[in-house]
Amino acid sequence: MIRLINVTAGYDKVEIIKNIDLFFEEGTITTIIGKNGCGKTTLLKTASNLLKPFSGQITIKGKNISHIPNKELAKKLSFLPQLRSVPNITVYNLVMHGRYPYLGFTRTPQKRDRQIVEEAIESMNLDGYIHKNIQELSGGQRQKVYLAMTLAQNTDIIFLDEPTTYLDINHQLEILEIIKKLKHMGKTIVMVLHDLNNALSYSDKICLMENGRIAIYDMPQAVFESREIDRIFNISSTQVEAGDEGVKQYLFCLK
Amino acid sequence: MEAHNKSLYIYKNRKSYNVTVIAFLTILLVFVIFLSISFGSTKISLPAIFSALKERDTASKIYRIINYVRIPRTLAAVLAGSALSISGVILQSVLNNSLAGPSIIGVNSGAGLFAVLIAAFLPGSIYYTTIGAFLGAILSVLLVYFIARKTGASRMAIVLSGVAVSSFIGAMTDTVITLKPDAVMDRTAFIIGGFSGVTLDQMSLAGFCIIVAFALSLILSYDMNILALGDESAKSLGLNVGRIRFLYLILAAVLAGSAISFAGLLGFIGLIVPHVSRLLVGYDNRILLPVSALLGSTFTLFCDLLARVIFAPYEIPVGIIMSFLGGPFFIWLLLRRKRGQLYD
Repeated sequence: MIRLINVTAGYDKVEIIKNIDLFFEEGTITTIIGKNGCGKTTLLKTASNLLKPFSGQITIKGKNISHIPNKELAKKLSFLPQLRSVPNITVYNLVMHGRYPYLGFTRTPQKRDRQIVEEAIESMNLDGYIHKNIQELSGGQRQKVYLAMTLAQNTDIIFLDEPTTYLDINHQLEILEIIKKLKHMGKTIVMVLHDLNNALSYSDKICLMENGRIAIYDMPQAVFESREIDRIFNISSTQVEAGDEGVKQYLFCLK
Repeated sequence: MEAHNKSLYIYKNRKSYNVTVIAFLTILLVFVIFLSISFGSTKISLPAIFSALKERDTASKIYRIINYVRIPRTLAAVLAGSALSISGVILQSVLNNSLAGPSIIGVNSGAGLFAVLIAAFLPGSIYYTTIGAFLGAILSVLLVYFIARKTGASRMAIVLSGVAVSSFIGAMTDTVITLKPDAVMDRTAFIIGGFSGVTLDQMSLAGFCIIVAFALSLILSYDMNILALGDESAKSLGLNVGRIRFLYLILAAVLAGSAISFAGLLGFIGLIVPHVSRLLVGYDNRILLPVSALLGSTFTLFCDLLARVIFAPYEIPVGIIMSFLGGPFFIWLLLRRKRGQLYD
């Protein structure tokens, strides 16, 4: 689906990620993990074309993304940053912004745009907040509104930078379940998470980074068993089975 | 289905409210336009206005007052008021700073320097002052932008660069005044601002620029809404953030520079009107821009009217009236906001 070929990128001529080769598979959740400052967000921004790489190339279905016009690219991939402005507008209007790449010269939403926006709001169970100003919503509700906007953007690939940060545990799990639902809708999700247990539990693939390079890129169980997490974070990890269904969960403590 | 019904209801309600606000402000503007043509050192009744405009008798004193004094003056106030207000809306939205105005991107200082240079080296030429102020405004904004671009053209970089450039240009202006003290008189009139003696010729180019820039701002108003989401979100939605921000800054500079070129440095309109308009219709720039244009025109025209009638037959500069009304409002705005809320 989306491939990074020997990509080096950073800010102000300082290389943050180096010689990255990656392939994000279609219809999967890939989570990028690693210590603070290892280049997770830089990788996410580079893969989503928000940051131009110093060298290397990124392709979507074989096509170099730097050759795709902005609006066309916005129909293929969306990016939800961790830190965002919170504009003084209603939920409906914010979600409608997701239709921007599809609007014509007059920027007037058509019936289809309105229908997609209403469906996105309904799918996030935000019907009751449609007329609310987003500045009046809690962090968790706001995150759902932004996910609804991303859904309205209707892209096959969605990049999420720490979508659960600052949220309480209920909203964290709710957002992760929504992300799982997006995957079942056929979307390719690539996200950055700090919570290792959630990362290992909800992902199909884990990309563990260290000093701007990929330490290991594999399925969660393989990454756990490699003990690379323990080495890089300098922790001890344990796998346990929780609940009646024996769901695998992960515990971490300092060495 | 429930979401559909709700959104349809809100959409229709909002639309009818916006239409009502625009209709009301248009009627108010037309009313103040008639007042502006009617009142002054010579009072002209409404039937006399219509009669003079119908007969077009160039020997008639009433016709000459209306045609050569009141209409140009009214048109100047309408154009300057709307241009400065729209410029304020654009800058506050694009820089995400509620206290932004044309002065923050160097418009006033650039126009001021060129006005002083013209006054010092080409004294008595109103036409050159107009062109000079316009060029000064544009050039200083370009300088601000290109300095900011070196650090990524972020909103904060533009504001800081604007402050630095304004300070530097201010020093240059003071140097010229120190070396050529005769320029001070012209500069004082320019700084206070006003519409006294404005001619149609003087504002023809500026008026054309204002109309074109306003039309472009309206076309791009939805993009301005997208930009309010922040650079990364806007870029992810397909907006060319760098290009569009540069375009908006140029539009804001053209609007403010054009207005300043024939009206001088009119304070506070670009700051107050966008805030009052937001209180009326919210933050959607598609509706905020026309509402600000109407409100800005009406407010400026009303201030000019007051400036003419308060001490009639003597006249006080409109800039003074605006600052008397705008100053307290600005203080109220500051006091109303809690700490840390100056940046929305």
